[in-house]
Amino acid sequence: MSSAEVQKEESMVLQKKMLGEHFETLSKAKENGRKVVYTFVPGNLNELILAFDLLPVHPEVNALQSGMRKLSGDYIQEAEKQGHSEDVCTYVKCDIGMLKKGNIGPTGEKLPAPDLLLLSYTGCFTFMKWFELLKQEYGCPVVMLQVPYQADGKITASQREFVARQLREVVVPALEQVSGKKLDEDRLRELLASSARAEDDLVYVWESAKHKPSPIDAYFGGVYYIGPIFTAFRGLPGCEQYYRSLRSEVDYRIAHGMGPTTPEGELRQQKYRIVVEGPPNWTSFREFWKIFYDEGVVMVASTYTKVGGLYEQGFRHDPDHPFETLAEYCLGCYTNRNLPARVDILAKYVEDYQADGVLFNSIKSCNSFSAGQLMMLRELEKLTGKAGAFIESDLVDPRYFNAANIKNRLESYFQMLEAKRQAA
Amino acid sequence: MDTQPIIDRCERLYRDIDLGYVQEWKQRTGGKAVGHLPVYVPRELIHAAGLLPVGIMGGGDDVEIIRGDAYFQSYICHLPRSTVELALGGKLDCLDGMLFPAICDVIRNLSGMWQMMFPDKYIKYLDFPQTFNGAGREFYRFEMAELLLDMETLSGIRATPERLNHSITLYNANRQVLTELYELRATEPHRVPTSELYLLLRAGNVLEVSEHTAMLHDYLAAARHSTRPLRDNVRVVATGLFCEQPPLSMVRAMENSGCYIVDDDWVLGARYQLGDTPVGDNPLAAIVDSYMSGTVATATRYVEGDDKGAFLVEQVRRRNAEGVIFAAASFCDPALLDRPMGQKALAEAGIPYTAFTYSENTGQVQVIKEQAGTFADSIKLWGAVS
Ligand code: SF4
Ligand code: SF4
Repeated sequence: MSSAEVQKEESMVLQKKMLGEHFETLSKAKENGRKVVYTFVPGNLNELILAFDLLPVHPEVNALQSGMRKLSGDYIQEAEKQGHSEDVCTYVKCDIGMLKKGNIGPTGEKLPAPDLLLLSYTGCFTFMKWFELLKQEYGCPVVMLQVPYQADGKITASQREFVARQLREVVVPALEQVSGKKLDEDRLRELLASSARAEDDLVYVWESAKHKPSPIDAYFGGVYYIGPIFTAFRGLPGCEQYYRSLRSEVDYRIAHGMGPTTPEGELRQQKYRIVVEGPPNWTSFREFWKIFYDEGVVMVASTYTKVGGLYEQGFRHDPDHPFETLAEYCLGCYTNRNLPARVDILAKYVEDYQADGVLFNSIKSCNSFSAGQLMMLRELEKLTGKAGAFIESDLVDPRYFNAANIKNRLESYFQMLEAKRQAA
Repeated sequence: MDTQPIIDRCERLYRDIDLGYVQEWKQRTGGKAVGHLPVYVPRELIHAAGLLPVGIMGGGDDVEIIRGDAYFQSYICHLPRSTVELALGGKLDCLDGMLFPAICDVIRNLSGMWQMMFPDKYIKYLDFPQTFNGAGREFYRFEMAELLLDMETLSGIRATPERLNHSITLYNANRQVLTELYELRATEPHRVPTSELYLLLRAGNVLEVSEHTAMLHDYLAAARHSTRPLRDNVRVVATGLFCEQPPLSMVRAMENSGCYIVDDDWVLGARYQLGDTPVGDNPLAAIVDSYMSGTVATATRYVEGDDKGAFLVEQVRRRNAEGVIFAAASFCDPALLDRPMGQKALAEAGIPYTAFTYSENTGQVQVIKEQAGTFADSIKLWGAVS
């Protein structure tokens, strides 16, 4: 194996190792007396959780992993058998079904029950229902952190103060109680400083897609790149190391004019550059990706990879103002922005990344993303003059991934892009 | 007095998608009107600034959707598409502003769509506290102060403490007579047909509050003496209909199925707050505190503690109901995600229930009637054999 290939592998190997160790620690949490906090990905408080030496579990991550391992269909049906509606978010049903079937995590080991449900209520109303449901299943305490919506496209002083105050007065005491420890602010600052360093590297990676050819796929590759920073690792040295390594891989590719790696090799011949709005489908992730790389399509920017934070607009965790910075982080995630702001973000991506078009993958499960997307698409077409494509699928419900239909639509879309290019 | 003329007027108001009453009110008073979506907004505050609060509950089954479907995917509930249809058809032009209460991601995102569609109108997304502590109260107080200032700016009328207290008194009176009507329906359901009560509530979405209260009093006085026979119906609570409203035909079908609906959660805003708001020196704080301390438990409000479903069980007991009908708008995440928790609480309390979905323009009222009827029959049978 050449040194280039070894280097290319390093970040993936690192992430796999981090995940493996995390799930192993989780599986032994109870015997080792470690306390477990379930919490959601958007605007998560990882540094605060780690400052108390607690172990975080993210139910959405379990659900998407179940999707990728083709288990979600059974889990969802199990939840529906228990009385859950066909019409609601399938992440919730996948999680409940997984729980009913033994709560076996992605590495095949049992996940520990939570000692606390930290309901960071950011960017999605379903989170509230989800943890009300889990509370009934586990009977453990819930602590609510309400994060107001950026309805006017900006964070107001009252919103920031509201979140910071809840952190101080409600969340920290709840974490102190469950961990049996007092908050060590110096430790929290250390973790926040580490987060900021990893965030710098991640932004560098995102912005590398401005190169032609793009050295990354900001969507299909991007969902792996956000793994460590949006979940249990942000704030830890391993996370920093991951992003340093990823950054040097990207540098290497830029230096050698290389494209991103797909399951079938490097995507060097890049015909179209696309910006994507919305989460991917997990149950047919590879099949979905293939439709694009087969046609030489590279995704140069995506909004889904910003659900945990929009660092490219300048936000970094700030160790000098721990509560305010955590508040700002929670308030800033993508789905907590209003629709005009989301359109602006997408339009800027199209311009900054010199994209040929925009793809909306509209997710049946997710009203938070999907409600209003048809209008967003029209606004975006008006603003950028670029053609948009609109497809529908689901996150983890295999019943809603119609491969033939999606392929047909995308093929016509690519033909249209080609025709536009010829005409230009 | 006969109830029929009152109900006829309510039905005309219900079907008037042009909001003729609002237009006429504006012309008569020179005032402005502010629309709001379900579930709840503090109407006394809007009223105190001299504005007419107008509840917009979608287009029901009277609006043909021509443009609205181009705005929403098929898996999103019906209310936003008919509301967009109304707006694009100019039916909401008489509203000088629009409030979007924080109840779900669909309404939340609709507020952003409105910002893009109507950049010249006043639009506000109203965030409510879901955390009922000091921080939540402070945040809500700030939201309300901001709303009040916006309302004053829109109308050009200062909502002095006197005006606020006056509006509080009017809305308290409205809530009180509604409470009486609900009590009468629960104790003597044959005197207050649910479809009539529903129309009365819907009239409150547009009528100026004093006029609505007077109408409710007139109806109540007449209903106490109504001579309809008491039927051997099963007493049920209907729940899950807090946002997208059932069409009148569906309400009628439910009550003609052998059920007396003795409590419900449609047009909930008027009854959202449980007690009165006290008048006093700081009326804005009183509005905030009344919200914080006591509202109905509905799917869009976070329930702290372990008593999820307890409100529903208590509602059944208080109303002496025999069962519960869960009716949720199709694709309504809050109602549908809440449902299993309500059902669990009922099962533990030994209370039977049935469940279905509907949409505001459902044509399937016969199916709904049959399901409600079967449910009523099963309760009667179960009651007979136990
Ligand atoms: S509705 Fe969307 S954001 Fe909310 S839990 Fe489901 S997938 Fe996540
Ligand atoms: S019906 Fe349900 S999902 Fe639709 S807008 Fe209302 S609360 Fe939201």
